[in-house]
Amino acid sequence: MNRRAQLSALLALPMLWLIGIYIFSLVMLLVTAFWVTDPFTSKVKPGFTLRNFEQIIANPAYATTSLRTLGIALAVTVLSILISVPLGIFMAKVASPKLRAILAVAITLPLWAGYLVKILAMRITFTEEGFFNSMLGPLGISGPGFSIVTVVLTLTYLWLPYMAVPVYTAIRQLPPNLFDASSDLGAGAGFTIRTVVLPLIKPAIIAGSIFTFSLSLGDYIAAKFVGGSTQMIGSIIASNINLNPPIAAAFSLVPIAFVVIYLLSVQRTGALERM
Amino acid sequence: MLRLSLGAKFTLGTIVAMALAFMYIPLFLVVINSFSAARLSSWPIAEFSTIWWEKAFVSEPIRAALLNSVIVGLGATVIALILGTLVAFALQRYTFFGKQTVNLLVVLPIALPGIVTGVALNNTYNQVLEPIGIEVGYFGMIIAHGTFCIVMVFNNVLARLRRINPSIEEASRDLGATPLQTFRLVTFPQFRSAFVAGAILAFALSFDEVVVTIFTAPPGVDTLPLWIMNQMARPNEASLVNVVATVVILASFIPVWVSQRLARGADERE
Repeated sequence: MNRRAQLSALLALPMLWLIGIYIFSLVMLLVTAFWVTDPFTSKVKPGFTLRNFEQIIANPAYATTSLRTLGIALAVTVLSILISVPLGIFMAKVASPKLRAILAVAITLPLWAGYLVKILAMRITFTEEGFFNSMLGPLGISGPGFSIVTVVLTLTYLWLPYMAVPVYTAIRQLPPNLFDASSDLGAGAGFTIRTVVLPLIKPAIIAGSIFTFSLSLGDYIAAKFVGGSTQMIGSIIASNINLNPPIAAAFSLVPIAFVVIYLLSVQRTGALERM
Repeated sequence: MLRLSLGAKFTLGTIVAMALAFMYIPLFLVVINSFSAARLSSWPIAEFSTIWWEKAFVSEPIRAALLNSVIVGLGATVIALILGTLVAFALQRYTFFGKQTVNLLVVLPIALPGIVTGVALNNTYNQVLEPIGIEVGYFGMIIAHGTFCIVMVFNNVLARLRRINPSIEEASRDLGATPLQTFRLVTFPQFRSAFVAGAILAFALSFDEVVVTIFTAPPGVDTLPLWIMNQMARPNEASLVNVVATVVILASFIPVWVSQRLARGADERE
C-alpha cells in the first residue's frame, strides 16, 4: 500500500463521521434557520424566508438577552482572571513545594466533580435558608439569592480551573532571574507583577479566557437553576426548539458568531499560536 | 525572587484561602446534606439520618438512569477510541494538505457551545432523518456523545505517539514482523496507557454531559445527569439528589486519580 492509500484508510471513517454527521448537522442548522414554520400545525417546512432573522432583530427581548449573556460571559472571564492571577502567584512564588503540590491537585480536582453537581452545590449554598445567608445573615449581609449575580458566581465556579491551571503553569515557567532583575532595578512587588508578570502570562490568560468565555456563553442550565428569572441565549434556544425550530436555529447562530468574533479578536494578539 | 512584603503575602494567602473555600464549601454542603433527615436542603442541618441513602439504593429510576449513563458512556468511548486513534495516527505519521482543518474538525464539537451541538443534532434527527423514516432513538444520544468524546482520545494518543521512537518499529519490521505483528507487539504497547487514559477521560466526559443529552435523548429516557436535573426542577425530594450527587463527587475523583497515575507511570518509565 502506498502512503496516500494508507492515509485515506486512516482518515476515511473519522472524516465520514465528523463531516457526514457533525458538519452536516451544523450546515442543516444554518439551512433550517431559513425554513418556515406552519403557524397552525407548527410543522417545519423547507423553504426560504428571512422572517426568522427579522423576528430576532425586531424583538428587543432577543437583543437584550444576547447582550446580557455577553455581559455574563465577560464578567465570568474577568472574575476568573482576578482569582487565577493571585492564586498562580501564591502557588508559584510563595507556597512551599509541598503546599504547591497540594494546591495543584486542589484546583484541578473540582474540574471533574460533575457539572450538575456543582450547580446543585451552588443552589444549596445560596438558597434562601442556605449556608450563605445563615453564615452572613447575623452580620447583616444578605446573599444574592437566585439572581444574575449567582449565575456569574456559579459559572465562575464551573469554569475557574480552565483559567487557573494555564495561568499557574505560565507563572511557574517564568525564569526566576526576571524577578531578580526587576527587583535589582528597584521595582517593588506590585510594579513587577504589573510590568513583568502580567505581560508575559497574557497568552495563558487569553487561552483560559477562550474557555471561560465560550463555555459561559452557551450555558443556560446555571441560569435555569440559580438565576431566578435570568434568561440567557441558551434559555431562548431551548424553549423554542420544539415550538419553533427555525427560530431556535437562527438564534443559535448568535453564540457561534460571538465565539468566532472572540477567537478572531484574540487571534490578532498572536495568542492562539502559542496555546 | 519575587520579594513580597508580609502584608502582600498575607493578602495573597487570604485570596487563595477564599478561592479554595469557594471551590470546596459548596461540594461539602452537598455531601453533608445527603445525610440530612429533611426533605429540603438547608443550613444548619436540624437532624441527621441515612434515610435518603437507603431510598437511593433501592430507587428504580436512579438505577435505570445509571444504567443508561453507563451504556451511553461505553458506546461513546468505543466510538471515540476507534475514531480518535485513527485520526491521531493520520496526523502524527503523515503530512498532507488540510491537516490543520482535520485537527479543527476533531476539536470543534467540544469548542462550540454544547447547546449548538445539541440543537444541530436534534435538528438533523427530527427535521431531516425523521421525515424520511429514520428514527435514531437511543442511538442518537450515543452518536452525539461519541462525536464530542473523540478529542479526548485523540489528544492523549497523539501526545504519546509524538514521543515514540520510530526506530523501534523499523527494527521490528527489519526482523521480519508483519505490519499487524508490529502494531500488536511493538506499537500498541507503547501507547496503551495513553489509550486507556483517553478512554477514561472520554467516559468521564460523556458521563457528565447534560446539555447535548437534553437535546438528543429520546423521550422518557434519563441519563444520570438528566435524572439529577429533572429532580432539581421538582425539588420536593431534594435530599435524594444530594445522595446521588455525593456518589458522583466521589466517583469523579477516580478517573482523575487513575489518569494521573497512568501519566506518572509513563513518565517514570522513560
